[in-house]
Amino acid sequence: MDRQQTLLIVDDDIAIRRFLRITLEANGYRVCEAETGRGALEAVAREQPGAVLLDLGLPDIDGQRVIGDLRQWSDVPIVVLSVRGAEADKVAALDGGAHDYVTKPFATNELLARIRALLRARRDGPNASTQIAVGGLEIDVPERRVLVDGQEVKLTRKEFDLLHYLAGNAGRIVTHQQLLGELWGKAHLDATHYLRVHVGHLRKKLGDNPLQPRFIQNEPGIGYRLQVPAEDTS
Amino acid sequence: MARRDEDDRPSPESLLREAGETDGRGRLKIFLGAYPGVGKTYGMLQAAQERRREGLDVVVGVVETHGRLETEALLRGLEQIPRRRISYRGRVLQEMDTEALIWRKPALAIVDELAHSNVPGSRHEKRWQDVEELLDAGTDVYTTLNIQHLESLNDIVQRIAGVQVSETVPNHVLDLANEIELVDLPPDDLLQRLREGKVYAPRQVEQASRNFFNKGNLTALRELAMRVASERIDAQLLDHMSRHAVPGPWPTRDRVLLAIDDSTMAKQLVRAARRMAERQRVPWIAVHVTTAQDYGGRGGTGESADEALRLAETLGAEVVTLYTESNVADELLAFARKRNVTRIVVGHRQRERWRVWLRPDLARRLLDAAGFEVVVIGAQQTKPGRRQLPARPASRPVDWRGYLMAACVLAVAGALAWPVYMYLPLPNVSLVFTLGVLIVAIRYGLWPSVFASVLGFLIYNFFYTVPYYTFTVFRQDELFTILFFLIVSVLVGNLAARLRRQMQAMQVAVQRTNTLLEFSRKIAAAASLDDVLWAAGYHVASTMGGRVLVLLPDADGRVEVAAGYPPEDQLDLKDRSAAEWAWEKGRPAGRYSDTLPSADWLFVPLKSKDKMLGLLGVAFDDHQSRLTLDERKLLNALADQIAVALERSQMAASIEEARLISESEQLRSALLSSVSHDLRTPLVSIIGSATSLKAYRSQLSERDQSELLRTILEQGQRLSRFVENLLNTVRMSHGGLRLQRHWADLSEIIGRAAENVGSGRAAGRLSFDLPEDLPAVRLDPVLMEQVLINLLDNALKYTGESGVVGIAARQTNGVLEIAISDQGPGIPPGERDRVFDQFVRLGSDDGRPAGTGLGLSICRGILQAHGGTIAVEGGPGGRGTTVRVRIPVDPMPDPAAESSGQEQGTDMPAASTGGTGHG
Repeated sequence: MDRQQTLLIVDDDIAIRRFLRITLEANGYRVCEAETGRGALEAVAREQPGAVLLDLGLPDIDGQRVIGDLRQWSDVPIVVLSVRGAEADKVAALDGGAHDYVTKPFATNELLARIRALLRARRDGPNASTQIAVGGLEIDVPERRVLVDGQEVKLTRKEFDLLHYLAGNAGRIVTHQQLLGELWGKAHLDATHYLRVHVGHLRKKLGDNPLQPRFIQNEPGIGYRLQVPAEDTS
Repeated sequence: MARRDEDDRPSPESLLREAGETDGRGRLKIFLGAYPGVGKTYGMLQAAQERRREGLDVVVGVVETHGRLETEALLRGLEQIPRRRISYRGRVLQEMDTEALIWRKPALAIVDELAHSNVPGSRHEKRWQDVEELLDAGTDVYTTLNIQHLESLNDIVQRIAGVQVSETVPNHVLDLANEIELVDLPPDDLLQRLREGKVYAPRQVEQASRNFFNKGNLTALRELAMRVASERIDAQLLDHMSRHAVPGPWPTRDRVLLAIDDSTMAKQLVRAARRMAERQRVPWIAVHVTTAQDYGGRGGTGESADEALRLAETLGAEVVTLYTESNVADELLAFARKRNVTRIVVGHRQRERWRVWLRPDLARRLLDAAGFEVVVIGAQQTKPGRRQLPARPASRPVDWRGYLMAACVLAVAGALAWPVYMYLPLPNVSLVFTLGVLIVAIRYGLWPSVFASVLGFLIYNFFYTVPYYTFTVFRQDELFTILFFLIVSVLVGNLAARLRRQMQAMQVAVQRTNTLLEFSRKIAAAASLDDVLWAAGYHVASTMGGRVLVLLPDADGRVEVAAGYPPEDQLDLKDRSAAEWAWEKGRPAGRYSDTLPSADWLFVPLKSKDKMLGLLGVAFDDHQSRLTLDERKLLNALADQIAVALERSQMAASIEEARLISESEQLRSALLSSVSHDLRTPLVSIIGSATSLKAYRSQLSERDQSELLRTILEQGQRLSRFVENLLNTVRMSHGGLRLQRHWADLSEIIGRAAENVGSGRAAGRLSFDLPEDLPAVRLDPVLMEQVLINLLDNALKYTGESGVVGIAARQTNGVLEIAISDQGPGIPPGERDRVFDQFVRLGSDDGRPAGTGLGLSICRGILQAHGGTIAVEGGPGGRGTTVRVRIPVDPMPDPAAESSGQEQGTDMPAASTGGTGHG
């Protein structure tokens, strides 16, 4: 396998680090560990990991700050692993620059799937490209055309912008605030009902079933994620 | 009253009055008559019967039939409230039972004779106050009134009919009326009815008709009644126009200012001003100017002025008291300009011509000022026998001491003048006497100084002018000297005396300001409610000179005595009901007030901006008959300050309460986050490890598999410890922690605890320092193990991966001591006690090693149950932390109990084997 990717585990609890290391190594990743926030920053600089699994409750500096500090100089994907399950914590972490958020306790396979999706979306290249293909979805940005399984779908301007933005961040949770700020402007950060309406239309046109979404996945109270299909799971 | 001040928009008052019942108040209808016998009561009862036939709930509160048969007939079919019997000065009198009437709450109450004065000891002084209360309670009222009883017409009636009417109704009651019905009967018809005996019983007729019922009187009274009724209709028309925004020549901004002086005609002035303001439909202000002279003499406003001001207040005036040194006119004019006054009403007293010439009276000086319309009202000659007002308080007893001292001073001056006379020219002698006069004036005031001047003049004349020892003067220059002396000394004495009065006035004013200032400072400094109450009681008592109570509402909303100075907590029935009335209505009640004046206490409401906070009660030991306006004002000022302080302390209390709630809220959320964090963290590893094992077993090495299994086991144990701690906490907080004491070997307990904490984690990191001969101790081994597990767990957690945790134990003097030392970051001395509180963990929310924050608090609980202690100290060598546990231990039982001790030593001290050994 070509992805001898390095993952950084940041957690102060030794038992969690231990089982994560064993599990991730068994799945072919290289693993390095950090116990503190400062240790994490150093490790990212030293090891250039492919992704960071970050606990928020760290003994020295809070995880949210670690995200902020990292984002100053690195765009490494960050998956937050935390017992803090409140929406506010999730939104803060995602807005701060984390790509995903997994609430402890979690099942290992779910975590692994998230990590794979993130790494793949990243490998698929820079998100400013003119042609984006995610799963059965093809987006021609300059032409503003969208194909679902080869069939063209007519989208309104807003719907296209919405899809384009999600596709540009495929695999990653985009918070309501990020979407609203990007597509409607800073004045509408609280207008989540706009989002509901447009996402509803978009789903209908893409033939997406909200109960078992193929493309756009809702993270209740937090945001949306364009799923990266796991067709090439190994 | 409906009055427009500034513009012609409908005033809210007029709209409200239009709305009538909507505000829950009853409607008042007054049957107005010019004189007794016109048939007011009859008319009223007819209307009442009509209402009853319409199906209204009509109840008669009181009706005086005066034995008239037609009237009595009309009472038939109407429910009547039995009268209350009140014994007063040995006689039993009957009064309307207001309380019963309010309680009965009819739709319409019939209350005859609005102007009636109640028997002392009733709820209110006057019946119109009862009626006001009925209206407040939402009951409609029909009542009757003779024009002569209207307060503002009182003196006119007196002039017309020569009768002084003591039962009066203030004009604002008339304004309360939603409807006035004039019951008219021409004088001739009335006289006819009188003669037929239809008005009074025959033997009263003759007397009555001689005094009152002559045609002239009746015609004048009739005209008066008609005028009042028509003014009233006029007012309603104006109201209507105003309500419907009909433009019209509304008088704007005009005000009538009444200058009240302290004379017997003051009340008459008030009534005149009221009539004037009423006719012009403008606001009016009653002003009394107190001068330094008033203060020098009496301290405050005089009685007549005071009564006049109170009357003005009840007649709807704005009442103002001004202070000035001497120039009343200037002060008045300045005030008048400030308040947009157009017309000034002032009284004029007949004075001797020479006095007018010396000092023009107020009226004249006001007339000289430009820009005002000045109305001067001459004093009405009141016949001496008719005077109702108490004669002016007998002039104060003359202070003979002043004159005596004046004589002494002048005698000394006379003696001192001798040497001066010997060596200096004669005029210098007068200086010595002037000095004496000056001293007398400063010390004893005007009249002693005048006396001293005259005395000086005589002595001078007698001893120092030729011919000596006579009162005759020969030489012309000496005559001039001596006359000039007299003039100068009178003037100087006058000036000095005025200076003295002003000083005294200033002192009074300064003292009052200081009192208020000190009070506000004291009460502002009072933090708690108790402090405020005490300060209030003490200060009001010392300021007003009497007894003081502060009443506050209890939980049921009833006022209760909260503080007293001097302490007092009982109120008799009368005071109690006065207090309750004041509390309910938010108005003063009790002594010196209009409501229940027979009570001993006066209760003043303590009101904040929008609610009643309590009552301030005052009582004076010397049964003084009235409160001066100044005292009232002072009392109100004090009450305001107390109210502010009360509100502040209540606010502080509610803030404190909110703070406590939010603190316990914080504690709860800390508990929740702590418990959820600490229960979940081991679960993360357990679930994660288990799912990994399940899914990737084939890809894992033997070693990794056993690592994962070990993780599951360790974290399971950790979880179980948390749960144990939680359960023990719950048990402890319910007082359910029972010790199961057994004889146990401490080394064993320590060993098991070390194992439980985690063999893997603890391996090689625990260093034991236990003496070989550690004796068996009697304690609860299960709980003690829990203590040690918690302590070791903590120590390992904070020490970090590589550090070593030391466990030492020894027994000295019956005390077992266990010390557990870590090499962690240590705990600052200030925080060392806090760690034993529940849910306290040092550091931020979840940014520190896992732990519920319950462990140490449980340890302390368990050790206290053993009679032991636990303390946190600095670690050995100043590094880390040492937790020191001390438990008093019983000595080993003697050979008698040896067998059981033996048994105990070998057995596992499980909880179920309790019962061996004894204590």
